[in-house]
Amino acid sequence: MFKRFCITLAALFSISVNAEVFVEVVEGIEEPTHIAVVPFGWDGDNALSEDVSAIISNDLRQSGMFKLMAEQDMLSSPERQDQIFFRDWRISGNDYMLVGSLKPSATGVSAHVELFDILSEQKIWAQDIDSEGASLRDVAHYIADQVFQKITGIRGAFSTQVVYVTAQGRGDSRKYRLQMADSDGARSQTILSSNEPIMSPTWSRDGKKLAYVSFETDRPVIYIHHWETGVRQSIQSFKGLNGAPAWDPTGNKLAIVLSKDGNPEIYVLNLISGSLERITRHYGIDTEPTWSPDGRSILFTSDRAGRAQIYSVDLASRVTKRLTFKGSYNSRGRLTQDGRFLTMVHQDSAGYHIAVQELKSGNLRILTSSKDDESPSISPNGVVVMYATKQGGKGVLAGVSLDGKIKFTMPSSLGEVREPAWSPFLN
Amino acid sequence: MKVSSLTQVKKVSKFASIAVAALIVAGCSGQVKTDAEVDDASAASTSPASTGSQITGINAENVGDLQSVYYFEFDQSVIRSEALPSLALHAQFLAQNSAAAVRLEGHADEQGTREYNIALGERRAQAVEQFFIGRGVGGNQVETISYGEEKPDFSGLASKSRRVEVRYTAK
Repeated sequence: MFKRFCITLAALFSISVNAEVFVEVVEGIEEPTHIAVVPFGWDGDNALSEDVSAIISNDLRQSGMFKLMAEQDMLSSPERQDQIFFRDWRISGNDYMLVGSLKPSATGVSAHVELFDILSEQKIWAQDIDSEGASLRDVAHYIADQVFQKITGIRGAFSTQVVYVTAQGRGDSRKYRLQMADSDGARSQTILSSNEPIMSPTWSRDGKKLAYVSFETDRPVIYIHHWETGVRQSIQSFKGLNGAPAWDPTGNKLAIVLSKDGNPEIYVLNLISGSLERITRHYGIDTEPTWSPDGRSILFTSDRAGRAQIYSVDLASRVTKRLTFKGSYNSRGRLTQDGRFLTMVHQDSAGYHIAVQELKSGNLRILTSSKDDESPSISPNGVVVMYATKQGGKGVLAGVSLDGKIKFTMPSSLGEVREPAWSPFLN
Repeated sequence: MKVSSLTQVKKVSKFASIAVAALIVAGCSGQVKTDAEVDDASAASTSPASTGSQITGINAENVGDLQSVYYFEFDQSVIRSEALPSLALHAQFLAQNSAAAVRLEGHADEQGTREYNIALGERRAQAVEQFFIGRGVGGNQVETISYGEEKPDFSGLASKSRRVEVRYTAK
Protein backbone atom coordinates (compact mmCIF):
# COMPACT_ATOMS: atom_id res chain seq x y z
CA MET A 1 0.00 0.00 0.00
CA PHE A 2 2.69 2.48 0.97
CA LYS A 3 4.77 1.43 -1.94
CA ARG A 4 2.08 2.07 -4.47
CA PHE A 5 1.30 5.46 -3.04
CA CYS A 6 4.91 6.49 -2.85
CA ILE A 7 5.64 5.49 -6.41
CA THR A 8 2.58 7.40 -7.51
CA LEU A 9 3.83 10.55 -5.89
CA ALA A 10 7.43 10.18 -6.90
CA ALA A 11 6.57 9.66 -10.54
CA LEU A 12 4.73 12.91 -10.73
CA PHE A 13 6.99 15.66 -9.74
CA SER A 14 10.52 16.78 -9.75
CA ILE A 15 9.92 19.33 -7.13
CA SER A 16 11.28 20.95 -4.06
CA VAL A 17 9.77 19.63 -0.87
CA ASN A 18 9.34 21.79 2.16
CA ALA A 19 7.21 21.93 5.24
CA GLU A 20 5.49 25.11 4.22
CA VAL A 21 2.32 24.83 6.21
CA PHE A 22 2.12 23.78 9.81
CA VAL A 23 -0.90 22.99 11.89
CA GLU A 24 -1.71 24.79 15.08
CA VAL A 25 -4.74 23.74 17.11
CA VAL A 26 -6.46 26.82 18.45
CA GLU A 27 -9.51 25.26 19.99
CA GLY A 28 -10.43 21.72 20.94
CA ILE A 29 -13.37 19.80 22.32
CA GLU A 30 -14.08 20.18 26.02
CA GLU A 31 -13.28 16.62 27.03
CA PRO A 32 -10.71 15.13 24.70
CA THR A 33 -9.56 11.55 25.03
CA HIS A 34 -6.28 11.33 26.93
CA ILE A 35 -3.66 9.25 25.21
CA ALA A 36 0.04 8.58 25.79
CA VAL A 37 2.05 7.95 22.64
CA VAL A 38 5.29 6.57 24.05
CA PRO A 39 8.38 7.35 21.93
CA PHE A 40 9.09 4.28 19.80
CA GLY A 41 12.25 2.29 20.28
CA TRP A 42 14.68 2.04 17.35
CA ASP A 43 16.99 -0.91 16.85
CA GLY A 44 19.24 0.38 14.06
CA ASP A 45 22.65 1.89 13.51
CA ASN A 46 21.82 5.23 11.92
CA ALA A 47 19.35 7.83 13.11
CA LEU A 48 15.94 7.63 11.46
CA SER A 49 14.82 10.30 9.00
CA GLU A 50 11.53 10.85 10.79
CA ASP A 51 10.29 10.78 14.36
CA VAL A 52 7.39 8.37 13.83
CA SER A 53 5.79 8.65 17.26
CA ALA A 54 5.99 12.46 17.11
CA ILE A 55 4.15 12.49 13.77
CA ILE A 56 1.46 10.18 15.20
CA SER A 57 1.12 12.46 18.24
CA ASN A 58 0.81 15.52 16.02
CA ASP A 59 -1.87 13.89 13.84
CA LEU A 60 -3.96 12.93 16.85
CA ARG A 61 -3.53 16.37 18.43
CA GLN A 62 -4.52 18.07 15.16
CA SER A 63 -7.81 16.21 15.13
CA GLY A 64 -8.69 18.13 18.29
CA MET A 65 -10.20 14.97 19.76
CA PHE A 66 -7.13 13.89 21.72
CA LYS A 67 -5.04 15.25 24.55
CA LEU A 68 -1.47 13.97 24.26
CA MET A 69 0.59 13.17 27.34
CA ALA A 70 3.81 15.20 27.46
CA GLU A 71 6.88 13.04 26.91
CA GLN A 72 8.72 14.44 29.92
CA ASP A 73 5.88 13.33 32.22
CA MET A 74 6.29 9.68 31.23
CA LEU A 75 7.95 7.58 33.93
CA SER A 76 9.08 4.86 31.54
CA SER A 77 9.35 4.14 27.83
CA PRO A 78 7.81 0.72 27.25
CA GLU A 79 7.97 -0.66 23.72
CA ARG A 80 5.70 -3.66 24.20
CA GLN A 81 3.06 -5.06 26.55
CA ASP A 82 5.34 -6.91 28.99
CA GLN A 83 7.20 -3.65 29.71
CA ILE A 84 4.08 -1.70 30.73
CA PHE A 85 3.22 -1.06 34.38
CA PHE A 86 -0.42 -0.18 33.87
CA ARG A 87 -0.85 1.20 37.37
CA ASP A 88 1.61 4.01 36.65
CA TRP A 89 -0.20 4.94 33.44
CA ARG A 90 -3.61 4.83 35.15
CA ILE A 91 -2.37 7.33 37.73
CA SER A 92 -1.21 9.61 34.91
CA GLY A 93 -4.85 10.05 33.90
CA ASN A 94 -4.60 8.55 30.45
CA ASP A 95 -7.33 6.52 28.79
CA TYR A 96 -5.19 4.91 26.10
CA MET A 97 -1.54 4.34 25.31
CA LEU A 98 0.34 3.48 22.16
CA VAL A 99 3.73 1.77 22.32
CA GLY A 100 5.95 0.55 19.54
CA SER A 101 9.36 -0.25 18.20
CA LEU A 102 11.12 0.13 14.88
CA LYS A 103 13.84 -1.98 13.35
CA PRO A 104 15.62 -2.21 10.02
CA SER A 105 14.06 -4.58 7.49
CA ALA A 106 15.12 -5.85 4.08
CA THR A 107 13.08 -3.15 2.35
CA GLY A 108 13.28 -0.29 4.83
CA VAL A 109 11.96 -0.20 8.35
CA SER A 110 9.50 -2.45 10.12
CA ALA A 111 7.32 -1.19 12.92
CA HIS A 112 5.53 -3.11 15.65
CA VAL A 113 2.84 -1.14 17.45
CA GLU A 114 0.36 -1.96 20.24
CA LEU A 115 -2.59 0.11 21.44
CA PHE A 116 -3.97 -0.41 24.95
CA ASP A 117 -7.03 0.61 26.94
CA ILE A 118 -5.27 1.50 30.17
CA LEU A 119 -8.20 0.99 32.52
CA SER A 120 -9.04 -2.51 31.31
CA GLU A 121 -5.40 -3.30 30.41
CA GLN A 122 -6.75 -4.72 27.17
CA LYS A 123 -4.80 -4.72 23.94
CA ILE A 124 -7.11 -3.04 21.41
CA TRP A 125 -4.92 -3.29 18.36
CA ALA A 126 -1.46 -4.53 17.41
CA GLN A 127 0.23 -4.70 14.03
CA ASP A 128 3.53 -5.26 12.27
CA ILE A 129 4.03 -2.79 9.46
CA ASP A 130 6.84 -2.81 6.92
CA SER A 131 7.56 0.48 5.19
CA GLU A 132 8.54 -1.37 1.97
CA GLY A 133 10.71 1.57 1.01
CA ALA A 134 8.03 4.19 1.58
CA SER A 135 8.53 7.20 3.77
CA LEU A 136 8.27 6.76 7.51
CA ARG A 137 5.77 9.62 7.38
CA ASP A 138 3.40 7.34 5.48
CA VAL A 139 3.89 4.67 8.14
CA ALA A 140 3.23 7.21 10.90
CA HIS A 141 0.04 8.54 9.25
CA TYR A 142 -1.16 4.97 8.74
CA ILE A 143 -0.68 4.18 12.44
CA ALA A 144 -2.45 7.42 13.41
CA ASP A 145 -5.37 6.45 11.14
CA GLN A 146 -5.65 3.06 12.87
CA VAL A 147 -5.49 4.55 16.37
CA PHE A 148 -8.08 7.17 15.45
CA GLN A 149 -10.44 4.54 14.06
CA LYS A 150 -10.01 2.08 16.96
CA ILE A 151 -10.80 4.75 19.53
CA THR A 152 -13.38 6.98 17.81
CA GLY A 153 -14.96 4.47 15.46
CA ILE A 154 -14.40 6.91 12.59
CA ARG A 155 -12.02 6.16 9.75
CA GLY A 156 -8.86 8.24 10.10
CA ALA A 157 -7.95 10.68 7.34
CA PHE A 158 -4.34 11.44 8.25
CA SER A 159 -2.96 9.61 5.21
CA THR A 160 -4.76 11.94 2.86
CA GLN A 161 -3.45 14.91 0.90
CA VAL A 162 -4.52 18.50 0.54
CA VAL A 163 -4.05 20.53 -2.63
CA TYR A 164 -4.21 24.31 -2.39
CA VAL A 165 -3.21 27.46 -4.25
CA THR A 166 -0.74 30.06 -3.06
CA ALA A 167 -0.14 33.57 -4.35
CA GLN A 168 2.98 35.49 -3.49
CA GLY A 169 3.99 39.02 -4.38
CA ARG A 170 2.02 41.83 -5.94
CA GLY A 171 1.37 43.23 -9.36
CA ASP A 172 3.43 41.77 -12.20
CA SER A 173 5.76 39.89 -9.88
CA ARG A 174 2.86 37.90 -8.40
CA LYS A 175 3.56 34.16 -8.45
CA TYR A 176 0.83 31.52 -8.26
CA ARG A 177 1.50 27.97 -7.16
CA LEU A 178 -0.55 24.81 -7.04
CA GLN A 179 0.70 22.95 -3.97
CA MET A 180 0.09 19.51 -2.53
CA ALA A 181 0.86 18.52 1.05
CA ASP A 182 0.04 15.86 3.61
CA SER A 183 -3.13 16.66 5.53
CA ASP A 184 -0.89 17.88 8.38
CA GLY A 185 0.77 20.37 6.03
CA ALA A 186 4.07 18.51 5.80
CA ARG A 187 5.85 17.50 2.59
CA SER A 188 4.43 20.41 0.62
CA GLN A 189 5.28 20.13 -3.07
CA THR A 190 4.74 22.45 -5.99
CA ILE A 191 2.66 20.88 -8.75
CA LEU A 192 2.49 23.96 -10.95
CA SER A 193 4.06 27.39 -10.74
CA SER A 194 2.84 30.27 -12.90
CA ASN A 195 2.82 34.02 -13.28
CA GLU A 196 -0.88 33.78 -14.07
CA PRO A 197 -3.71 32.72 -11.73
CA ILE A 198 -4.41 29.11 -10.82
CA MET A 199 -7.87 28.27 -9.49
CA SER A 200 -10.41 25.68 -8.46
CA PRO A 201 -8.40 22.49 -7.81
CA THR A 202 -10.64 19.47 -7.29
CA TRP A 203 -9.98 15.74 -6.84
CA SER A 204 -11.78 12.96 -8.62
CA ARG A 205 -13.57 10.58 -6.25
CA ASP A 206 -10.95 7.84 -6.76
CA GLY A 207 -8.11 10.26 -6.03
CA LYS A 208 -6.41 9.51 -9.36
CA LYS A 209 -7.09 12.81 -11.08
CA LEU A 210 -7.02 16.47 -10.20
CA ALA A 211 -8.81 19.13 -12.25
CA TYR A 212 -7.98 22.80 -11.98
CA VAL A 213 -8.05 26.05 -13.94
CA SER A 214 -4.90 27.80 -15.08
CA PHE A 215 -4.56 31.15 -16.86
CA GLU A 216 -1.02 30.36 -18.02
CA THR A 217 -2.00 30.85 -21.68
CA ASP A 218 -3.62 34.20 -20.80
CA ARG A 219 -6.99 32.50 -20.92
CA PRO A 220 -8.78 30.32 -18.39
CA VAL A 221 -8.28 26.68 -19.38
CA ILE A 222 -9.34 23.60 -17.42
CA TYR A 223 -6.60 21.02 -17.00
CA ILE A 224 -6.71 17.45 -15.74
CA HIS A 225 -3.66 16.09 -13.97
CA HIS A 226 -3.45 12.29 -14.00
CA TRP A 227 -1.47 11.33 -10.90
CA GLU A 228 -0.48 7.83 -11.98
CA THR A 229 1.01 8.80 -15.33
CA GLY A 230 1.93 12.40 -14.59
CA VAL A 231 0.13 13.34 -17.80
CA ARG A 232 -1.47 16.75 -17.91
CA GLN A 233 -4.39 17.16 -20.25
CA SER A 234 -6.23 20.33 -21.17
CA ILE A 235 -9.88 20.11 -22.03
CA GLN A 236 -11.48 21.98 -24.88
CA SER A 237 -11.89 25.61 -23.95
CA PHE A 238 -14.52 28.05 -25.11
CA LYS A 239 -14.87 31.80 -25.42
CA GLY A 240 -15.42 33.39 -22.01
CA LEU A 241 -15.31 31.62 -18.69
CA ASN A 242 -14.01 28.07 -18.41
CA GLY A 243 -14.07 27.24 -14.76
CA ALA A 244 -15.24 25.60 -11.56
CA PRO A 245 -14.68 21.94 -12.59
CA ALA A 246 -16.41 19.27 -10.49
CA TRP A 247 -16.03 15.52 -10.95
CA ASP A 248 -19.01 13.22 -11.10
CA PRO A 249 -18.73 10.11 -8.88
CA THR A 250 -17.46 7.96 -11.77
CA GLY A 251 -14.68 10.35 -12.78
CA ASN A 252 -15.90 10.19 -16.39
CA LYS A 253 -17.73 13.50 -16.38
CA LEU A 254 -16.91 17.02 -15.32
CA ALA A 255 -19.46 19.65 -14.44
CA ILE A 256 -17.99 22.95 -15.59
CA VAL A 257 -19.00 26.57 -15.92
CA LEU A 258 -18.91 28.16 -19.37
CA SER A 259 -20.12 31.57 -20.50
CA LYS A 260 -19.85 30.82 -24.21
CA ASP A 261 -23.57 31.50 -24.61
CA GLY A 262 -23.35 34.89 -22.94
CA ASN A 263 -23.46 34.34 -19.20
CA PRO A 264 -22.21 31.66 -16.80
CA GLU A 265 -24.09 28.37 -17.05
CA ILE A 266 -23.44 24.87 -15.76
CA TYR A 267 -22.52 22.26 -18.38
CA VAL A 268 -21.60 18.59 -18.11
CA LEU A 269 -18.67 17.44 -20.21
CA ASN A 270 -18.46 13.71 -20.85
CA LEU A 271 -14.73 13.01 -20.94
CA ILE A 272 -15.20 9.66 -22.69
CA SER A 273 -17.49 10.73 -25.53
CA GLY A 274 -16.54 14.40 -25.59
CA SER A 275 -20.19 15.43 -25.51
CA LEU A 276 -21.15 18.67 -23.81
CA GLU A 277 -24.56 19.13 -22.26
CA ARG A 278 -25.99 22.37 -20.99
CA ILE A 279 -27.65 21.98 -17.59
CA THR A 280 -28.77 25.44 -16.46
CA ARG A 281 -30.57 28.12 -18.46
CA HIS A 282 -30.83 31.44 -16.70
CA TYR A 283 -29.64 34.99 -17.27
CA GLY A 284 -28.26 35.11 -13.72
CA ILE A 285 -24.89 33.78 -12.63
CA ASP A 286 -24.94 29.99 -12.27
CA THR A 287 -21.66 28.61 -10.95
CA GLU A 288 -19.85 26.47 -8.36
CA PRO A 289 -21.30 23.09 -9.37
CA THR A 290 -20.81 20.03 -7.19
CA TRP A 291 -22.30 16.56 -7.64
CA SER A 292 -24.49 14.75 -5.17
CA PRO A 293 -22.74 11.54 -4.01
CA ASP A 294 -25.18 9.40 -6.04
CA GLY A 295 -24.41 11.39 -9.20
CA ARG A 296 -28.09 12.06 -9.86
CA SER A 297 -28.08 15.76 -9.22
CA ILE A 298 -25.80 18.77 -9.35
CA LEU A 299 -25.79 21.46 -6.72
CA PHE A 300 -24.82 24.95 -7.82
CA THR A 301 -24.83 28.58 -6.75
CA SER A 302 -27.09 31.04 -8.52
CA ASP A 303 -28.03 34.68 -8.02
CA ARG A 304 -31.31 34.10 -9.89
CA ALA A 305 -33.29 35.14 -6.79
CA GLY A 306 -31.28 38.32 -6.33
CA ARG A 307 -28.32 37.22 -4.28
CA ALA A 308 -26.40 33.94 -4.23
CA GLN A 309 -28.20 30.86 -2.93
CA ILE A 310 -27.56 27.15 -3.45
CA TYR A 311 -29.79 25.12 -5.74
CA SER A 312 -30.04 21.51 -6.80
CA VAL A 313 -30.97 20.30 -10.26
CA ASP A 314 -32.07 16.72 -10.82
CA LEU A 315 -30.26 15.58 -13.96
CA ALA A 316 -33.02 13.24 -15.16
CA SER A 317 -36.05 15.47 -14.64
CA ARG A 318 -34.19 18.80 -14.76
CA VAL A 319 -36.31 19.94 -11.82
CA THR A 320 -34.43 22.68 -9.98
CA LYS A 321 -35.04 23.43 -6.32
CA ARG A 322 -33.56 25.90 -3.91
CA LEU A 323 -31.77 24.35 -0.93
CA THR A 324 -30.73 27.32 1.21
CA PHE A 325 -33.10 29.84 2.73
CA LYS A 326 -31.44 31.07 5.90
CA GLY A 327 -29.51 34.30 5.35
CA SER A 328 -29.30 36.49 2.28
CA TYR A 329 -26.19 34.84 0.83
CA ASN A 330 -25.14 31.18 0.69
CA SER A 331 -22.73 29.83 -1.85
CA ARG A 332 -20.14 27.23 -2.84
CA GLY A 333 -21.88 24.18 -1.46
CA ARG A 334 -20.07 20.91 -0.80
CA LEU A 335 -21.77 17.72 0.40
CA THR A 336 -20.48 15.14 2.83
CA GLN A 337 -20.03 11.69 1.30
CA ASP A 338 -23.19 10.43 2.98
CA GLY A 339 -25.10 13.30 1.39
CA ARG A 340 -26.52 14.41 4.73
CA PHE A 341 -24.69 17.68 5.27
CA LEU A 342 -24.08 20.65 3.03
CA THR A 343 -21.22 22.98 3.87
CA MET A 344 -21.20 26.45 2.36
CA VAL A 345 -20.05 30.03 2.62
CA HIS A 346 -22.73 31.91 4.55
CA GLN A 347 -22.86 35.67 4.87
CA ASP A 348 -24.32 37.51 7.82
CA SER A 349 -23.87 41.09 9.03
CA ALA A 350 -20.41 40.22 10.36
CA GLY A 351 -19.03 38.77 7.14
CA TYR A 352 -18.55 35.49 5.30
CA HIS A 353 -18.45 32.35 7.45
CA ILE A 354 -18.39 28.59 6.95
CA ALA A 355 -21.76 27.03 7.75
CA VAL A 356 -23.24 23.55 7.56
CA GLN A 357 -26.84 22.65 6.84
CA GLU A 358 -28.43 19.31 7.56
CA LEU A 359 -30.34 18.78 4.34
CA LYS A 360 -33.20 16.78 5.81
CA SER A 361 -34.13 19.25 8.54
CA GLY A 362 -32.81 22.40 6.88
CA ASN A 363 -31.08 23.32 10.14
CA LEU A 364 -28.14 25.63 9.56
CA ARG A 365 -25.20 25.93 11.91
CA ILE A 366 -22.60 28.65 11.47
CA LEU A 367 -19.25 27.03 12.26
CA THR A 368 -16.83 29.94 12.16
CA SER A 369 -16.79 33.45 13.55
CA SER A 370 -14.01 34.82 11.34
CA LYS A 371 -15.34 37.05 8.56
CA ASP A 372 -13.41 36.22 5.38
CA ASP A 373 -13.97 32.48 5.19
CA GLU A 374 -14.34 30.70 1.86
CA SER A 375 -13.73 27.52 -0.16
CA PRO A 376 -14.89 24.85 2.31
CA SER A 377 -13.54 21.35 1.58
CA ILE A 378 -14.66 18.37 3.65
CA SER A 379 -12.27 15.67 4.91
CA PRO A 380 -13.09 12.28 3.38
CA ASN A 381 -14.21 10.97 6.78
CA GLY A 382 -16.66 13.85 7.13
CA VAL A 383 -15.13 15.05 10.40
CA VAL A 384 -13.45 18.32 9.46
CA VAL A 385 -14.04 21.12 6.96
CA MET A 386 -10.90 22.82 5.73
CA TYR A 387 -11.36 26.35 4.41
CA ALA A 388 -9.48 29.51 3.52
CA THR A 389 -9.58 32.52 5.78
CA LYS A 390 -7.60 35.65 6.61
CA GLN A 391 -5.25 35.96 9.54
CA GLY A 392 -3.61 39.34 10.01
CA GLY A 393 -4.75 40.27 6.51
CA LYS A 394 -3.06 37.23 4.98
CA GLY A 395 -4.75 34.21 3.44
CA VAL A 396 -4.30 31.02 5.49
CA LEU A 397 -5.95 27.61 5.65
CA ALA A 398 -7.99 26.63 8.67
CA GLY A 399 -10.12 23.71 9.74
CA VAL A 400 -13.28 23.27 11.76
CA SER A 401 -15.10 20.12 12.76
CA LEU A 402 -18.63 19.66 11.42
CA ASP A 403 -19.89 20.04 14.99
CA GLY A 404 -18.01 23.33 15.30
CA LYS A 405 -16.06 22.18 18.34
CA ILE A 406 -12.60 21.68 16.84
CA LYS A 407 -10.75 24.51 15.14
CA PHE A 408 -7.21 24.71 13.81
CA THR A 409 -5.20 26.95 11.53
CA MET A 410 -2.38 26.12 9.14
CA PRO A 411 -0.26 29.25 8.82
CA SER A 412 1.98 29.34 5.77
CA SER A 413 5.27 30.97 5.03
CA LEU A 414 4.59 31.06 1.30
CA GLY A 415 2.30 34.04 0.78
CA GLU A 416 -1.45 33.84 0.52
CA VAL A 417 -2.95 30.37 0.77
CA ARG A 418 -6.40 29.61 -0.62
CA GLU A 419 -8.76 27.05 -2.16
CA PRO A 420 -7.91 23.91 -0.20
CA ALA A 421 -9.08 20.68 -1.83
CA TRP A 422 -8.97 17.72 0.51
CA SER A 423 -8.27 14.44 -1.27
CA PRO A 424 -10.48 11.38 -0.92
CA PHE A 425 -9.08 8.35 0.92
CA LEU A 426 -6.04 7.30 -1.07
CA ASN A 427 -5.45 3.81 0.34
CA MET B 1 -26.42 57.23 -23.86
CA LYS B 2 -26.08 60.71 -25.18
CA VAL B 3 -22.94 62.64 -24.40
CA SER B 4 -22.55 66.07 -25.93
CA SER B 5 -19.18 66.93 -27.32
CA LEU B 6 -18.77 69.69 -24.79
CA THR B 7 -19.31 67.56 -21.68
CA GLN B 8 -17.18 64.90 -23.25
CA VAL B 9 -14.21 67.22 -23.41
CA LYS B 10 -14.83 68.56 -19.94
CA LYS B 11 -15.02 65.16 -18.34
CA VAL B 12 -12.09 63.72 -20.16
CA SER B 13 -9.91 66.58 -19.00
CA LYS B 14 -10.65 65.53 -15.43
CA PHE B 15 -9.47 62.02 -15.87
CA ALA B 16 -6.95 61.98 -18.64
CA SER B 17 -3.48 63.35 -18.27
CA ILE B 18 -3.09 67.05 -18.90
CA ALA B 19 -1.23 66.39 -22.12
CA VAL B 20 -4.03 64.25 -23.49
CA ALA B 21 -6.67 66.68 -22.31
CA ALA B 22 -4.86 69.52 -24.03
CA LEU B 23 -4.67 67.49 -27.19
CA ILE B 24 -8.37 66.71 -27.11
CA VAL B 25 -9.25 70.30 -26.37
CA ALA B 26 -7.08 71.37 -29.28
CA GLY B 27 -8.89 68.89 -31.50
CA CYS B 28 -12.16 70.20 -30.14
CA SER B 29 -11.96 73.40 -32.11
CA GLY B 30 -13.73 71.55 -34.82
CA GLN B 31 -13.09 67.97 -34.19
CA VAL B 32 -14.65 65.91 -31.39
CA LYS B 33 -17.43 63.91 -32.91
CA THR B 34 -21.05 64.21 -31.99
CA ASP B 35 -22.89 61.09 -30.94
CA ALA B 36 -24.41 60.74 -34.34
CA GLU B 37 -20.97 60.71 -35.83
CA VAL B 38 -19.59 58.35 -33.19
CA ASP B 39 -22.48 55.97 -33.73
CA ASP B 40 -21.59 55.97 -37.37
CA ALA B 41 -17.89 55.71 -36.65
CA SER B 42 -17.30 52.47 -38.51
CA ALA B 43 -18.50 54.17 -41.66
CA ALA B 44 -16.22 57.07 -40.91
CA SER B 45 -13.23 54.82 -40.71
CA THR B 46 -13.85 53.44 -44.14
CA SER B 47 -14.37 56.86 -45.65
CA PRO B 48 -11.59 59.07 -44.37
CA ALA B 49 -12.79 61.81 -46.69
CA SER B 50 -15.55 62.57 -44.23
CA THR B 51 -13.02 63.78 -41.70
CA GLY B 52 -10.92 65.43 -44.34
CA SER B 53 -7.41 66.43 -43.39
CA GLN B 54 -8.44 67.66 -39.96
CA ILE B 55 -6.70 66.26 -36.88
CA THR B 56 -8.89 63.45 -35.56
CA GLY B 57 -7.78 63.96 -31.96
CA ILE B 58 -7.41 60.30 -31.10
CA ASN B 59 -4.88 58.14 -32.88
CA ALA B 60 -2.47 55.25 -32.44
CA GLU B 61 0.11 57.54 -30.88
CA ASN B 62 -2.02 59.09 -28.18
CA VAL B 63 -4.69 56.48 -27.53
CA GLY B 64 -2.29 54.87 -25.09
CA ASP B 65 -2.37 58.04 -23.01
CA LEU B 66 -6.09 57.71 -22.39
CA GLN B 67 -7.39 56.45 -19.12
CA SER B 68 -7.24 52.67 -19.29
CA VAL B 69 -8.55 51.49 -15.92
CA TYR B 70 -12.23 51.95 -15.07
CA TYR B 71 -13.61 51.31 -11.59
CA PHE B 72 -16.96 49.87 -10.57
CA GLU B 73 -19.27 49.97 -7.55
CA PHE B 74 -19.43 47.00 -5.20
CA ASP B 75 -21.14 44.00 -6.82
CA GLN B 76 -22.08 46.16 -9.84
CA SER B 77 -21.26 45.90 -13.51
CA VAL B 78 -22.75 49.22 -14.62
CA ILE B 79 -20.20 51.60 -16.13
CA ARG B 80 -19.88 54.73 -14.02
CA SER B 81 -21.02 57.85 -15.83
CA GLU B 82 -17.66 59.55 -15.43
CA ALA B 83 -16.01 56.71 -17.35
CA LEU B 84 -18.20 57.17 -20.42
CA PRO B 85 -16.40 60.10 -22.13
CA SER B 86 -13.05 58.39 -21.95
CA LEU B 87 -14.46 55.03 -23.02
CA ALA B 88 -16.14 56.82 -25.91
CA LEU B 89 -12.73 57.93 -27.12
CA HIS B 90 -11.43 54.38 -26.99
CA ALA B 91 -14.50 53.34 -28.95
CA GLN B 92 -13.94 56.11 -31.45
CA PHE B 93 -10.36 55.04 -32.04
CA LEU B 94 -11.29 51.39 -32.41
CA ALA B 95 -14.16 52.17 -34.71
CA GLN B 96 -11.91 54.26 -36.89
CA ASN B 97 -9.10 51.71 -36.92
CA SER B 98 -10.49 48.30 -37.71
CA ALA B 99 -7.03 46.73 -37.36
CA ALA B 100 -6.82 47.91 -33.75
CA ALA B 101 -7.90 45.48 -31.04
CA VAL B 102 -8.35 45.52 -27.29
CA ARG B 103 -8.45 43.02 -24.52
CA LEU B 104 -10.84 43.99 -21.75
CA GLU B 105 -9.76 42.50 -18.43
CA GLY B 106 -12.48 42.37 -15.79
CA HIS B 107 -11.65 42.19 -12.10
CA ALA B 108 -13.44 42.02 -8.76
CA ASP B 109 -12.57 42.69 -5.15
CA GLU B 110 -12.17 39.84 -2.67
CA GLN B 111 -15.68 39.92 -1.22
CA GLY B 112 -17.78 36.93 -2.17
CA THR B 113 -16.59 33.60 -3.54
CA ARG B 114 -13.91 33.26 -6.21
CA GLU B 115 -16.16 31.66 -8.81
CA TYR B 116 -18.81 34.32 -8.35
CA ASN B 117 -16.17 37.00 -8.69
CA ILE B 118 -14.91 35.50 -11.92
CA ALA B 119 -18.47 35.84 -13.23
CA LEU B 120 -18.71 39.39 -11.91
CA GLY B 121 -15.43 40.39 -13.55
CA GLU B 122 -16.74 39.00 -16.83
CA ARG B 123 -19.96 41.00 -16.51
CA ARG B 124 -17.89 44.15 -16.08
CA ALA B 125 -15.71 43.40 -19.09
CA GLN B 126 -18.85 42.60 -21.11
CA ALA B 127 -20.42 45.93 -20.08
CA VAL B 128 -17.46 47.76 -21.62
CA GLU B 129 -17.52 45.45 -24.65
CA GLN B 130 -21.20 46.21 -25.23
CA PHE B 131 -20.52 49.94 -24.91
CA PHE B 132 -17.82 49.66 -27.57
CA ILE B 133 -19.93 47.58 -29.92
CA GLY B 134 -22.80 50.02 -29.48
CA ARG B 135 -20.44 52.67 -30.81
CA GLY B 136 -19.48 50.84 -33.94
CA VAL B 137 -16.52 48.79 -32.78
CA GLY B 138 -16.34 45.43 -34.50
CA GLY B 139 -16.94 42.38 -32.32
CA ASN B 140 -13.70 40.86 -33.61
CA GLN B 141 -11.75 43.84 -32.25
CA VAL B 142 -12.73 43.14 -28.66
CA GLU B 143 -11.71 40.24 -26.47
CA THR B 144 -12.85 39.91 -22.87
CA ILE B 145 -11.30 37.99 -20.02
CA SER B 146 -12.13 37.87 -16.35
CA TYR B 147 -9.59 37.40 -13.60
CA GLY B 148 -12.17 37.72 -10.84
CA GLU B 149 -10.43 38.45 -7.56
CA GLU B 150 -7.22 36.66 -8.57
CA LYS B 151 -5.30 39.80 -9.57
CA PRO B 152 -6.15 42.44 -7.01
CA ASP B 153 -4.93 45.99 -7.55
CA PHE B 154 -1.38 46.56 -6.35
CA SER B 155 -2.72 48.81 -3.58
CA GLY B 156 -4.83 45.98 -2.22
CA LEU B 157 -7.79 48.41 -2.00
CA ALA B 158 -11.16 46.86 -2.78
CA SER B 159 -12.36 49.99 -4.57
CA LYS B 160 -9.33 49.82 -6.89
CA SER B 161 -9.69 46.10 -7.49
CA ARG B 162 -13.26 46.37 -8.88
CA ARG B 163 -12.16 47.36 -12.35
CA VAL B 164 -11.88 46.79 -16.06
CA GLU B 165 -8.53 47.37 -17.71
CA VAL B 166 -8.46 48.29 -21.41
CA ARG B 167 -5.35 46.84 -23.01
CA TYR B 168 -4.51 47.28 -26.67
CA THR B 169 -3.28 44.16 -28.38
CA ALA B 170 -3.03 45.96 -31.75
CA LYS B 171 -3.11 49.64 -32.67
